[in-house]
Parts: sequence; structure tokens; C-alpha cells
Amino acid sequence: MATLTHYIVLSSILFGLGAIGFCTRRNALILFMSIELMLNAANLLLLAFSNFMADMAGQVMVLFIFAVAAAEVAVGLAILIVLFRHVQEVDISKFNVLKW
Amino acid sequence: MEGYLFLIPLIPFIGFLINGLLGQKIGRSAVYCIGCSSIGLAFLFSVLAVYQLACSPAEDRLFVQSLWSWITVGNLNIDVSLMMDPLSAVMILVVTGVSFVIHIYSIGYMAHDESYWRFFSYLNMFVFFMIMLVLGSNYLVMFVGWEGVGLASYLLIGFWYKENVNADAGKKAFIVNRIGDFGFLLGMFLIFITFGSLSYFDVFPKAVHMYEHGLLAMNSPVMVAICLLLFLGATGKSAQIPLFVWLPDAMAGPTPVSALIHAATMVTAGVYMVARTNILFTLAPTALLVMVLMSAATAFIAATIGILQNDIKRVLAYSTVSQLGYMFIGVSVAAYGAGIFHLMTHAFFKACLFLCSGTVIHAMSGDQDMRSMGGLWKKIPITYVTMLFATIAISGIPPFAGFFSKDEILWKAFTFPYYPVVGKIVWFIGVLAAGITAFYMFRLIFMTFHGKFRGTEEQARHVHESPFTMTGPLMVLAFGALCGGWLGIPHLIGNYFGHIPNILENFFEPVFANSHEIIGAYAGVQHHSTVLEWVLMAGSVAVAIGGISLAYYIYIRRVDVLPKRLAETYSIYHKLVYNKYFVDEIYYYVVVLPFYYLSMFFWKVVDAFCIDGVGVNGQAWLVQRGSGALRLVQNGYVQTYGVFMLLGLVVMLWFFIV
Repeated sequence: MATLTHYIVLSSILFGLGAIGFCTRRNALILFMSIELMLNAANLLLLAFSNFMADMAGQVMVLFIFAVAAAEVAVGLAILIVLFRHVQEVDISKFNVLKW
Repeated sequence: MEGYLFLIPLIPFIGFLINGLLGQKIGRSAVYCIGCSSIGLAFLFSVLAVYQLACSPAEDRLFVQSLWSWITVGNLNIDVSLMMDPLSAVMILVVTGVSFVIHIYSIGYMAHDESYWRFFSYLNMFVFFMIMLVLGSNYLVMFVGWEGVGLASYLLIGFWYKENVNADAGKKAFIVNRIGDFGFLLGMFLIFITFGSLSYFDVFPKAVHMYEHGLLAMNSPVMVAICLLLFLGATGKSAQIPLFVWLPDAMAGPTPVSALIHAATMVTAGVYMVARTNILFTLAPTALLVMVLMSAATAFIAATIGILQNDIKRVLAYSTVSQLGYMFIGVSVAAYGAGIFHLMTHAFFKACLFLCSGTVIHAMSGDQDMRSMGGLWKKIPITYVTMLFATIAISGIPPFAGFFSKDEILWKAFTFPYYPVVGKIVWFIGVLAAGITAFYMFRLIFMTFHGKFRGTEEQARHVHESPFTMTGPLMVLAFGALCGGWLGIPHLIGNYFGHIPNILENFFEPVFANSHEIIGAYAGVQHHSTVLEWVLMAGSVAVAIGGISLAYYIYIRRVDVLPKRLAETYSIYHKLVYNKYFVDEIYYYVVVLPFYYLSMFFWKVVDAFCIDGVGVNGQAWLVQRGSGALRLVQNGYVQTYGVFMLLGLVVMLWFFIV
């Protein structure tokens, strides 16, 4: 039987994977995926709590988050495509001009 | 009857505004007319007011006119209000009268000057402030006038500001006066703390009341402090030791200014202030002791310096310092009336002397050195006669004005009720100084008007008597120098010739009555034999005649050899006196230079280094360097920011969980 603890642990592992991926990988697409992973870890936690506390508000919230995340990904991917068209490159370590 | 008191200062003020703002446009004659008539009107109103004052019974002799409330803060209430009592009545007559005469004289003297309108507007401004000083009924109004006359003095000393010497002399006068004013201000604060008011009508009755009820002891420290601080103010304005150094330099101004401001009126403000505050001074004998010693020293030292000066105006300047010393001897042996009496007679003869020296300088085409004069009396006889009158007056020969006032001061010093022994020493110094005064004043007359002319050919051809606008005032003032003293004939002589009253003393009695009572009760009423008084009187006249004879012997009979030989025989003393005891140099090294270095220290080290360098620029430097280090964190890599965000998250979690 899956308890709340299982869900919390699973969601933590997912979040950790996403965070490590975000900090270590160079490919901008992979970074995007890592960010989605962290987001969905949070979604999973919301769903789990919603279920265990018998409160539908959590699940409604998750639906909203899906919608916002989809919009965000659309914008992010569009930026990436424009970037690639300009410099034929998606290695994030090459982009450091935006500083002091 | 009291309603028009405000017109006396107002009219000169309007004259100042018109001449100052429109003077350049309205032309010479209009400026002369406004300048003189405003003072003339003020004089007329003063005469009217004083006449009414004198007509009222002795105990009612006080006019007060409150104009408006100036400052009301907590328990500090200050009105701008004017008052006239016998003391300010005499002062106001001297101030407006002498000013009027000198304004007339200035028409002739400034006839060739381009900024005549500036001159007349400054003069009117001076008279306005002087009237405020004299008529003010509290210390703050007096202080406004006190500062105002200082300003006018500064502007007029540096009137010919294009020459650096004149501008420097103006600055010196202003700065030295500032030191005195500092003392005056502190004295005023102390008066307010002690008596809770600055109005004469509150302070003086309260002081008497407190003394009578034992709340305020004779010679209490606070009274001594108040009086010494006020006296410090007076030493600045009235050129006493230690602050007398500015007055001789002030001769850089036009001669009518020297006559009006630096001889007759402004410099006597200190004497007036002490006489006005007489009750407080009476309650502080120690302060009086300090004052009498200082003023006796001033009278003597300034007189000795006068012996060897060659600039005609400088001789008169040192003589002014010396005579001011006499006035202060008068007020500081608690003979306030005698001090004011000498102030009055001095205003006549010293203004006359200065104006005469002005016409001499005029005749000599601007040369002030007595060594190039000589034998002028035939060419400028009116100047000669009037100047001789004034010189006899200052030398103290009866029946001229100076004799009566000087003799009264010396007699009062001899009978100083608080410190009889000191009084006798001061009397001796005073008599000595009187002899020296007679000597150097007749030296001036002999060098200027007698002997052979020593100037250039061109000067000799140019020598001429001045126009009537200049000689007229001389005659008026010479008349004053002759008769001014008859207002205060001592009882001794008055009784001898029948019953001639001492008009001035009786007139002043209501003002000084409280002081006289306190002194009488404290020191006992003194009786002196009339023989002694006669002897002292004869002695001082004999000393004066001795001084004159000596001057005659040295500068007329043996003029070809004696002055030179004396200078060689006593060369050390000659050098010492000729260089004015090196007072200016001593002050330069003891006061000015240390102050200069102190200021440099505050400028370079405290201000430029500590405040600007460390304080202001230092903070900017710190922020710049700090942010320079911090901005390296922002390196442009998205992942670095991600790491920092995660770290932040971890820290927050750690906070919430642990």
C-alpha cells in the first residue's frame, strides 16, 4: 500500500534529479526538461496531499499549473529556437554576455 | 509727546534708502540735500524731545515708545521699543548734532569724489544704527545698533576699497570688533539667565531689588562675569586695551568718517553702554577694578604712542584711544556722569580736531605727513584758530570744555569709593597722561602750523582755505569745544563764583540715583576737603601747561637740534614708542599666526582630510570597492544562478526545519 511518505520520497527524488540536472548539464533543452521535472515533482506532491487530505482544491491547482507550464514551455522553446537560428548552438555555457 | 520718538531713527533710515537705491540717478545736490536734511530733521526732533523731557519734572523724565513685539519665545519677550531718559537724551543730542555738522562738512570734503552718494547713504545708515543703539530700551535693540554701527564703520573705513590697505583696515576693524561682540553676546545671555529679561525696565529694578533683599551679594561672581563680558564688548567697540589696535588703522577712511565714527560717536558706544548698565557695574567692584586698571593703561600707553607719530590723523587716532581711556576711567570709578560728560566734550573737540586735520590734508593736496607741513597758519587761519581752540580744550586748560570733564574724572578717580589706593594711582597715571596729551597735541599744532613750510613747491602754491561748508562746521564745533564744558561746572568752582549749578550732574541724577545710593551705603559717604580739590585741580592744569611749554621748547625754540638729539640719546625708547610698542607685531605672532595655523589645521586636516577624505569620499570608496567585489558573483551563467537559488532554498529549509 502506497502511503503519503512514499509519495513525498518519490517527489523529493524527482525534484533532486531535476535540480542536479539543471546545475550540471550543458544542453539548454535538457535544462528545460530538468525544470519540468522539478515542476512536476511539486505537482505530484500537490496531488498526493490533495488525495490524502480529501481536498479537491489541490487537484484543481495542478490543472492550473499544467496550463501555465505549457504556456511557459512554449515561450521557452521559442526563445531556444531563435537562439539556435542565431548562433547554431544550444550549449548554455557559451552564453554569458548578460552580466554586469 | 512720546509718539514721535520713532521718527528720530526713521528719518535717517529713509535717507539711507533713498541715497543708497537712487543716489546714482538723482544727482549731487539732491544727494547732499537728502543726506543732510534727514540728519537735520532727526536732530530737530531730538531737540524737541529732549526739550520736552527737560520740561517734565525730574522723576518723570522717561519717554517710552514700544513699536512692535519682535521675539516671543517661551519666557523671552523682546519688543522693538525706544526710550529716552536723561542719559540717552544727552547721547542723542551729541550723536545727531555732531552728525549733522559733519554731514555738512562732508559736502565740501567729498566734492571731488565720484561715489559721494555711497558715502552719504553709508553715513545715514550709520546714524540710523547709532540712534537705535542709544534709544533702544533693551539689550537686543542696543545690540542691533551696536552691530549696525560696526557694519557702517567697516564699509566706511574701506570706502576707498580700490586700495588694498584701506580694505585691510576695514577687515581688521570688523574682525577685532567681532571678538568684543562675542563678549557682549555672552554678557547678554548671562543677564537673561540671571534676571530673566533683557529689557532695561526689568533688569535694573530687579538687580536693585535682589541686592536689597540679599538675593544678590555685592561682588557676586555672576555680576563680575556679566560686567567683565560687557566690558570686553566695550573694549572692542571703544578701542581699549587689549582690542585698541583697529582704531589707528581705521584712519584709512575719509576724514569725516574718522571724525564722526572713530572719534565722536561710535567709539563712545562702549562708554554709553557701561553708563546705561551702571547698576550692574556698581554691584561688581572687582570688575570695576579690572576696568579702571585697563583704561588707565590705555590712556597712558596710547598717549605715549601719540608723541612720535608723524601722520596727523594717527596722532589724533591715538589721542582718541587715550581719551576713551579717560572716559572709561570715569565710568569705572563709578562716576558714570563724569564719563558721559567727557564723552560729550570729547565729541566736540575731537570731531573739531579731525575736521581741521581734514581741511589741512585738503590744503596739502592729500598729504598727511606732518613733516612736510609747517607754517600753515597764515594761509588757513580759520582752520588754525578752530584747531587751536580744540587743542586747548583737549589739553585741559580752563575754561575750555576738556578741562571740566577731565578734571571731574580725575577727581572722581582720586576719590574712588571702592578702592581708594588704586584710585590714587589711577589719578597719578591720568595726570601724567594729561601732560603727555598736552605735549603731543601742541607738537601737532607746532609742526603743522608753525615754523617753516617743509613741503614741495607745488604743495605750497596749492595751499588754500577750504570753502564755507567746511569751515562753518569747524566754527560750530570749536564753539562747542569752548563752551561744552560749562554744562558741568564742578560745585567747587560753581560755589566760588556764586551759585552756578552743575546742570549735567543734576540732569543725570535720576539715572544714576540707585547706583549712588548703593555706593553710599556700601562704602560710606566720603568727605574731602575743598583745599585738596583745589590743589589737585591746579596740579593738573600745571601739568598741562608744563606739557605745552615742553612742546614749545622742543618743537619751536630748539626744533633744529632737540628732536633729533633726543631721539638719538634715548634711541631704544624712541624705537619702542615709534613702533607703537610693537603691539601689532606681538598680536601678529601671538594671536594671528597661531590662529592662522589652527585654521590651516582645521582646513587641511579636519575638513579636507577627515571630513571630506575619510567621511564623504571614504564611504563612496568603500561602497565602490565592496560592490566591485560583489558584482563578480553575477557572471552571466544561468547555471550559477541556479546553484545560488538552490543554496538559498537549502538555507531556508534548514531554517524552517531545524
